[in-house]
Amino acid sequence: MILLLLGITFIVVCMMYLAPGDATVMILPNIASMEQMTELRREFGLDQPLYVQYGRFLARVIRGDLGTSWIDRRPVMSQVLDALFYTIRLAAAALTLSLVFGTIGGIASAVRHHSPVDEAVLTVTLIGISTPIFVTGLLLIYVFSFKLGWFPTSGVGSARHLVLPAVTLASFLVAYMARMTRSCMLEVLGQEYIRTARAKGLREVVVLCRHALKNALILMVTVVGLQVGLLLGGSVITETVFAYPGIGSLVVSAISARDTPLVQGCVLVISTGFILVNLIVDVSYAFIDPRVRLV
Amino acid sequence: MPGDGVAIRQKVAAIKQKGEDRLRRLARFVRRPRASIAIAILGFIVLAAVTAGWLAPHDPMKANLSLRLEGPSRDYPFGTDWIGRCLLSRVIHGIRLTLIVGLGTVALGGGVGVGLGLLAGFYGRTLEMIIMRMTDLLLAFPYFLLTIVFVAVLGPSLVNAVIAISFWTMPHYIRLARAAVLSVKAREFVEAAKALGRPDFRILIHHVFPNSLTPLIVQSSIFCAQNMLMAASLSFLGLGAQPPSPELGAMLGTGRTYLRAAPQVVAVPAVGIFLGVLGFNFLGDALRDFLDPRLRS
Repeated sequence: MILLLLGITFIVVCMMYLAPGDATVMILPNIASMEQMTELRREFGLDQPLYVQYGRFLARVIRGDLGTSWIDRRPVMSQVLDALFYTIRLAAAALTLSLVFGTIGGIASAVRHHSPVDEAVLTVTLIGISTPIFVTGLLLIYVFSFKLGWFPTSGVGSARHLVLPAVTLASFLVAYMARMTRSCMLEVLGQEYIRTARAKGLREVVVLCRHALKNALILMVTVVGLQVGLLLGGSVITETVFAYPGIGSLVVSAISARDTPLVQGCVLVISTGFILVNLIVDVSYAFIDPRVRLV
Repeated sequence: MPGDGVAIRQKVAAIKQKGEDRLRRLARFVRRPRASIAIAILGFIVLAAVTAGWLAPHDPMKANLSLRLEGPSRDYPFGTDWIGRCLLSRVIHGIRLTLIVGLGTVALGGGVGVGLGLLAGFYGRTLEMIIMRMTDLLLAFPYFLLTIVFVAVLGPSLVNAVIAISFWTMPHYIRLARAAVLSVKAREFVEAAKALGRPDFRILIHHVFPNSLTPLIVQSSIFCAQNMLMAASLSFLGLGAQPPSPELGAMLGTGRTYLRAAPQVVAVPAVGIFLGVLGFNFLGDALRDFLDPRLRS
């Protein structure tokens, strides 16, 4: 895991190093002299070779210091943590929505396999997957902010600010979740033990909840783990559409300003989160599935 | 010799029969509701893309400042944008770009990925280990983030977005192709070809590759849809195609300022992207249902 993080940060440092045009061009006005540019470069350490830049970066990270932003001179750590807090709130809301509705839709679809319900769920989810997140977002803004005036278009503050971004992000996830739940449930429902449970004369609800869903859960945990990547990509766009101060919009603006410390900090934090979640998913198998035991 | 004539006739009949079977299968596929929707949407899109230069009523880049943010009219069926460009013409050209991006990324990422996957699956051992470890590593990255960084560093442009997206499509194809090869490799016809002394490369191209196509075709359709979405998202963030270009994501990204004043500026390209992605997703879904016998009812 640490190796993976080292790899990711190294790639990012390399990329920022190779990128044409550095932050000094962005910060200093056009009239700045060559000497002033060189001096600023020295201050940022941009005149050093790649391995020195990377070494300094690592040395700082180990001390828990992500440096200060080149653009506004605020410490990166506090900026990233603030943004992370907002993103986690958004992601948690969206994930809850998608888990609830996605699971219900998926189960309904699998139980009534090849029925109109199934066809409807399949079609609606396909439409959900095919709609770009920014289109959903803009549509919701148009209807609920401009026309109806129920929710604010952007920013944060009250719980009402969270509704539209969360629904936008969830709309995409719900579709995936429902399809995954459906295929997991279909696989489980074809198993022998389901037939046994039915043959025992158990009520259908008990068969579904106690026998089928529990086993489908094992398959679904993997899927939820994979969703994290989607969630991340989706939140970058959602945050941009709603001017939501999360880590996704932070990283996009940092990249366009060539604010290397900020980009590195964001990438480090996001990647750590990504890898941690995957790790948690792997470990949680052992708890959910008694056939898997940690050695 | 008369016997030969009969044999040849039988062969011809068999080939015809095979052709008819294929046609019948195709007809059965087309008759499925989701497949027919997919074919209708994609046919429409491909037609628009191919005939874009002729179909579009105006030059998609030509501004007309006296006709800013106009609603639909006879000259401009979908209205105009904030500098008076014809939205219909722009969306037609935009669909063409989106289609090229979708197919291009799949061809590029899929081509390289399938090649590597075939090699890994066919030869095994060290080569397989190297390729598969690299693949695992690439798949472990949060790819959206790295695509953004990648594009930002190369400089935001549609070509760079295509390169970046192709690059992150590749590992998925490597895995798929390898898995397909592993299941085909042990079959008798590969053994027979080996026994006949065919060179490895020919076995790979003529025997292994055609027989591992099915899962690749299904995935290609879905990847095409996903990559179109990804490219539009990058352009929307300002990291893909740059503004004067009629790329649909870029049109939305700059046009969203006018959402309140002239919703058609946003709605038209939005519907364009949606239709393109929907078409390929529907096709992938229908193909999977059709080709995967486990899911067949």
